Amino acid sequence: MTTHHVTLNVNGEAREADVEPRLLLVHLLRDVFGLTGTHIGCDTSNCGACTVHVNGESAKSCTMLAVQADGAEIRTIEGMADGANLHALQQAFWDQHGLQCGFCTPGMIMQAAWLLDQNADPSEEEIRAGISGNLCRCTGYVNIVKSIQQAAGSLAAGESAPVVAAATTGGQEVSAEPAAAG
Amino acid sequence: MIPAPFDYVRPADLDGALRILSEREGEAKLLSGGYSLLPLLKLRLAQPALLVDLRDVTGLDGIVETDDELRIGARATHRRIHENEIIARYPLLHDVSGGIGDPQVRNWGTIGGSVAHADPASDWPAALLAAKASIVCRGRGGERVIGARDFFLDTFTTAIEPTEVLTEVRFGRRPRGQGGAYVKLERRVGDFATAGVAAIVRLGDGGVIAFAGIGVTGVSPSPFAATDAEAALAGKMPSTEAFAAAGQAAAAMSEPVSDVRGPADYKRAMVAELTVRSLRTAVERALANS
Repeated sequence: MTTHHVTLNVNGEAREADVEPRLLLVHLLRDVFGLTGTHIGCDTSNCGACTVHVNGESAKSCTMLAVQADGAEIRTIEGMADGANLHALQQAFWDQHGLQCGFCTPGMIMQAAWLLDQNADPSEEEIRAGISGNLCRCTGYVNIVKSIQQAAGSLAAGESAPVVAAATTGGQEVSAEPAAAG
Repeated sequence: MIPAPFDYVRPADLDGALRILSEREGEAKLLSGGYSLLPLLKLRLAQPALLVDLRDVTGLDGIVETDDELRIGARATHRRIHENEIIARYPLLHDVSGGIGDPQVRNWGTIGGSVAHADPASDWPAALLAAKASIVCRGRGGERVIGARDFFLDTFTTAIEPTEVLTEVRFGRRPRGQGGAYVKLERRVGDFATAGVAAIVRLGDGGVIAFAGIGVTGVSPSPFAATDAEAALAGKMPSTEAFAAAGQAAAAMSEPVSDVRGPADYKRAMVAELTVRSLRTAVERALANS
């Protein structure tokens, strides 16, 4: 089996690898690059847990080959926070309890980020249509929609999220990584 | 799930792709957006020896009107089609392109990929059949233009030769007095259609139906043109009775099977109802365009 050399920009960093043509983008991200924030849910392009941005467009990374993404700019959940500052969407999911088990959260946030890129002030209906390719197994959609509404508002107001990396709740350390909640 | 091993090439242009298809005749599959093909590869329902990625083949994604045709390049994504200002004047195509799969699928899936894949429950074939569109296939020897009604042969089977590339889909330009609509029933957003009906109606002198085109998907081995329903409408004034008769005719031509999406009787009843709904909207749009 011949391998192909791929070069990608992932969250602003140049990455490269020799891959089999059949390697899926999600496996490249998780298993080769160690970026496990992107989740594999259904593995059949239904659930959207693996959603990342490829050249600015949201994509289900379980339904794209790594070789197809050769040369592309990839953004994953790990590329959302600015150091200790959560992205407005991450902060909003926290504030609005937009996650229960957290498994769908990385994909939800990446799809919501794409949606807000397209439409900075979406209606509730537009939000629901925009995340229709992402399933929440806890059925926590009401708070997910609220989270996206909050993020749209704070992004429009130009607010940056507060520093939360060292925050504690009831004596327990709280991680700034929503992906870790899975 | 991991696909079986395959080789991968990314030709720089169409000639390169055609050359590879000839050299590896029968072994190669074309890859466009991948949202139809990759699930099949992962389920190992398809195990081609070679994937030919059309990613770098430029010039296949245009959306243009000529004097008498609307031409959509095979690599135009569903989303680009849906957002295109020309397509805003083609309500059937606007309906279809906005309802395929989900946003991520529409970001990457292409009209050519979907048409060539010919899933028996996919959306584009219904529209192409209703509109009597034509499909352009390029081989090393030249180009063939195939009518949609001669194109969808059976489940996942079309008139494309293994050495050809589907390059374009062509529709007649929308005349005054014509409207179209696509209505589908799905269990949830993003599922394949339980049943879907595309309708085009052109109103002639005195408001009679001068042309009716009806394409049906999800309820037979391959999407089909409901020619009996079209015949039931020709020359009639639009009316509840005429639409109901067309619905019954379309349902009678369906060959649904009972499965997780419902029993066959239910699906046949849905074809009748969806036909009525698509005709009603198509006529409203035809009147608005008169």
